[in-house]
Amino acid sequence: MEEKTPLIRVVKNENLSKTKIWCIRLSAFVVAILLGCLIFVICGANPIAAYGEIIKGAIGKSTGIKQTIKIATPLLGAALALGLCFKMKYWNCGAEGQITMGALGAAFFAINFGTKLPSIPLLLLMCVGGVVCGAVWGLIPALFKSRWNTNETLFTLMLNYIAIGIVAWLQGGPWEGKPGSQIVPNFPKAAVLPKVMGIQCGWILIILLVFVMFFYMNFTKQGYEIAVLGESENTARYAGMNVGKVIIRTAAISGGICGLVGFMVASGVNQTIYSGIAGGVGFTAITVAWLAQLNPFAMTVIAFLLAVLSKGSSALQTAMGVPSSVSEIIKGILLLCLLGCEFFINYKMILRSKKEAK
Amino acid sequence: MENVHAVEFVGITKRFGSVVANNNVNLYLDKGVVMSLLGENGSGKTTLMNMLAGIYYPDEGHLLIDGKLASIKSPKDAFAYKIGMIHQHFKLVDVFTAAENIVLGLDEEGKLDRKSINKKVAEIAKKYGFDIDPNKKVYEMSVSEKQTVEIIKVLYRGADILILDEPTAVLTPQETKKLFDVIRAMRNDNKSIIIITHKLNEVKEISDVVAIMRKGEHIATVRTSEVSEQQMTEMMVGRTVELNINRTEPKNIKPRLTLANITVRDSEGLKKLDDVGFVAYGGEILGIAGIAGSGQKELLETIAGLRRPESGSIIYTPDGEKPSELVGKTPMEIKNAGVALAFVPEDRLGMGLVGGMGMTDNMLLRYWNKKKGIVVDKSESKQLAENIYKELEVVTPSIDYPVRKLSGGNVQKVLVGREIASSPSVLMSAYAVRGLDINTSYTIYDLMSKQKEMGTAVIFVGEDLDVLLALADRIMVMCDGKISGIVDARTATKEEIGRMMTSLDNEGGR
Repeated sequence: MEEKTPLIRVVKNENLSKTKIWCIRLSAFVVAILLGCLIFVICGANPIAAYGEIIKGAIGKSTGIKQTIKIATPLLGAALALGLCFKMKYWNCGAEGQITMGALGAAFFAINFGTKLPSIPLLLLMCVGGVVCGAVWGLIPALFKSRWNTNETLFTLMLNYIAIGIVAWLQGGPWEGKPGSQIVPNFPKAAVLPKVMGIQCGWILIILLVFVMFFYMNFTKQGYEIAVLGESENTARYAGMNVGKVIIRTAAISGGICGLVGFMVASGVNQTIYSGIAGGVGFTAITVAWLAQLNPFAMTVIAFLLAVLSKGSSALQTAMGVPSSVSEIIKGILLLCLLGCEFFINYKMILRSKKEAK
Repeated sequence: MENVHAVEFVGITKRFGSVVANNNVNLYLDKGVVMSLLGENGSGKTTLMNMLAGIYYPDEGHLLIDGKLASIKSPKDAFAYKIGMIHQHFKLVDVFTAAENIVLGLDEEGKLDRKSINKKVAEIAKKYGFDIDPNKKVYEMSVSEKQTVEIIKVLYRGADILILDEPTAVLTPQETKKLFDVIRAMRNDNKSIIIITHKLNEVKEISDVVAIMRKGEHIATVRTSEVSEQQMTEMMVGRTVELNINRTEPKNIKPRLTLANITVRDSEGLKKLDDVGFVAYGGEILGIAGIAGSGQKELLETIAGLRRPESGSIIYTPDGEKPSELVGKTPMEIKNAGVALAFVPEDRLGMGLVGGMGMTDNMLLRYWNKKKGIVVDKSESKQLAENIYKELEVVTPSIDYPVRKLSGGNVQKVLVGREIASSPSVLMSAYAVRGLDINTSYTIYDLMSKQKEMGTAVIFVGEDLDVLLALADRIMVMCDGKISGIVDARTATKEEIGRMMTSLDNEGGR
């Protein structure tokens, strides 16, 4: 009999158990680490020693841990904010700009009231300023979307550059310190977030926020509205939800959280403001949110993992002379593997079996 | 082999994960025979046909075409074996003409020779009795014309084996008759035809043999002339079922909804409803008949507040309360007043259900905003989900299993069950039994009748005229956004309604 069964067939895989799914994700992670070894070999380094160096550099010493948490905090904050929008299938790519505007709002109070107010009311004012500015920046594209159905992806993306531009102008204009320096002077002492365990206290807030977000998305009416709207706008309308209102509200909350992150970064980390203050966090956060499948707890793990990589690789450069950009390559491989493994979760491959082929 | 069959399935098994869609199916079809494939939802009819059409590949077993082993890996392979499938949802390019759609995808050498294509199309049309204008654009066509294009497309490629997936679901009785004439002409031309259908009367009318599937297995193939509808149903379901719709005389009916001069335009400014006015009574079922897209959907959406009419009024009179105007109210206010909409769109999930959520969270669509505070209370919806799960025999691994992964019939049970549970005073349903098997359909009809006996005004948009005639008290026929008449369902005939479905066309109403 001459029968030609295709060698590999791809079949949709519908009922995979949770444990199996996580096993697949875990093995994707292992594959990424192994591929990373290859990169180290090409760079002429011993992979095991290199990974050891990364881990030692990131979490070996207490200074390292502090640095790592410092990197992870804004990343996690922004990812939480974006997760909210993504759940609604509202493609907010504007975290970068919303963080920048949050920093701007905080800086306004730091610069104008820094020497006039005691620390706690000043910090509260800065916090509110940051949240409001971020929320407004998130609100604008949502208003347009609900009114005229504009495309939020492009709109939020473009607003990033406007926010960065505004700060660049302030930096070289009204808020410039020494004439010609193009630098905003450091905030007064009162405007700097206090440290807890040697790290600016924002991280505690963000950890709290992880729990708040989990609760908000899973147990509140507003969270339910977001989930329904994300799946089907028609269903949401049919259930009597005010679609425009939900979009605007969610985008504003998301922007507000980004603004809060901006306030932390300006006050706690940099103690000043400059146009690149968001530092790409708003974009990396998109990957964090998606890799975590929008689960706040998973986001915590992923954000920490990426922070370990980026902190560890700078240690690697000092210790072994491997360029720190290698960490970017490994980050890329990691993303590729983790996103690619979703294929194996949704589909399964069937090889031609001997029995059939005979 | 002394007897060569056109198609033979030998020991075909197909699994999806742990679900066995087809289990060791042995089935054959001869040349010049029309076969009906009959079975409940999820009995594996479509899966089996998809393997013949090259969309799936069997896990075990093999196919014989003209007695020879065939390996059909893609729809293209299927064409090489002269097999063609006409799907339920047409796959045509709207801005192309009939002829262009027919030759689309053919790897023919040389230039596009419209003349010879038109000639060939005309030949096929003449041979089988089609009525077609090769130069008409698809977007100008009616559903039945589109179907004709699909069939000619398959014949143009020289198909000898044709599979039609529920071909009559979207046709008027007159169009169905025409289609059956064509099928008979094809049979006389020695072609093999397989029809997937749910309508037993059509099985009797058109097919020579009927193959019955149940739970993925081929139960029997019998000569149609030798079985009754009752016997077919029993083979299909595996037990005796009652096939009667219990229609009681309407008791103390009173006007519930009074529509007057309703005109609705869509976002492009086209009139979807034109000066519509009628009264729906509590305690009766008002059936709505019409060709798909005659404004049925818009009518229900307007009543539910999802569309704003340009003009007109909808007066709603609940039991023991004062009449009120619905136009201008929000969907939420209308729903809370007791007007429920169980709308089943083409994809079943588009409106009314959230595919990624389980039954509980879908019930929540009704309750989410009932209680004060910021937290959602799921206890009530969980209770309801469990009730529907038990009472309507929903097949699901758990009430938190995503409804998207349930079979069509179960999805509809969830939707209709939820709407009925709100004990509405107006219950609107559109295509509530679309694609459902007989057994489940009758469960739904029964639910509708019970609602009517409780004094609810039931508005039932249906596709199957036989069902409308048996279930409804009055039937309103729509055509092109207008009402072409309201008839008494106890005395009206199918032909009469069929004429009314298209009557406006004759007056040049378009």
